[in-house]
Amino acid sequence: MGFADFAFYLFAITVVTSGMFVVVSRNPVHSVLWLILAFLSSAGLFVLLGAEFVAMLMIIVYVGAVAVLFLFVVMMLDVDFAELRGELAKFVPLAGLIGVILLMELALVFGAWTGAENAAELRDAVTPALEDTQNTVALGQLIYTKYIYLFQAAGLILLVAMIGAIVLTLRHRPDIKRQNVLSQIYRDPAEQMELKDVKPGQGL
Amino acid sequence: MIGLEHYLTVAAALFVIGIFGIFVNRKNVIIILMSIELMLLAVNINFVAFSSYLGDLAGQVFTLFVLTVAAAEAAIGLAILVCFFRTRGTIAVEDVNVMKG
Repeated sequence: MGFADFAFYLFAITVVTSGMFVVVSRNPVHSVLWLILAFLSSAGLFVLLGAEFVAMLMIIVYVGAVAVLFLFVVMMLDVDFAELRGELAKFVPLAGLIGVILLMELALVFGAWTGAENAAELRDAVTPALEDTQNTVALGQLIYTKYIYLFQAAGLILLVAMIGAIVLTLRHRPDIKRQNVLSQIYRDPAEQMELKDVKPGQGL
Repeated sequence: MIGLEHYLTVAAALFVIGIFGIFVNRKNVIIILMSIELMLLAVNINFVAFSSYLGDLAGQVFTLFVLTVAAAEAAIGLAILVCFFRTRGTIAVEDVNVMKG
């Protein structure tokens, strides 16, 4: 077994076990940490597949942003998670049944699966040889030319998500002082300030 | 030798774990959101594996878009969750029927 095979099995086993622990862990903070481990090891799988850019993106976007967002929310909300976990055992038979059925269906697909005869001709964007272009360069040349509209749409989705998240979580509390820009603009300097001639040693 | 099937197996296992997580944590919406992230990760592994073995870079491009949508979904989902927690004081979603849907 070569090093690549060993690395694949290491990452694959880590992904699946940490995924399982995300689901069954009692403490949601532990779940988030297992989720981070799953993302990190899937990034390792992507590196083994020769997709370095996606792997690094996985670490930056998922571990750096999404998982931390989850961690923030889990720690911010004052929820009694033990109470939520109380009836876990009640749903295990149903969930296990659904999981086993789905796994069997996927295994059926797996047994009968073959690639298309002309798959090589149907390729949309043939990967250039690694000596000519690196993975990141090749992806950049693709998303800024052929997929530019989809790329812009992805940016728009992120913008909408950002605005939506801000609008949903922003709340105006009545009991705190806020800056009122309009009243500041409409203030008249001549009325707000008064010059007094103070004699030395006397005060006002 | 590691082939395409190995990666597809890992992705299938991860997807099933995601589904299992949704059904087993019916009350805790945070774990449900994490299970959805796991399922999207499985989809991404499939995309990248096929992209690598067919020599078609489009799969990796679409992985980027799946990643974008997953990030947006997590942000919006957690924002809704924070909103819900402020009004209800709990995140148990099993009996959410305010909208009578």
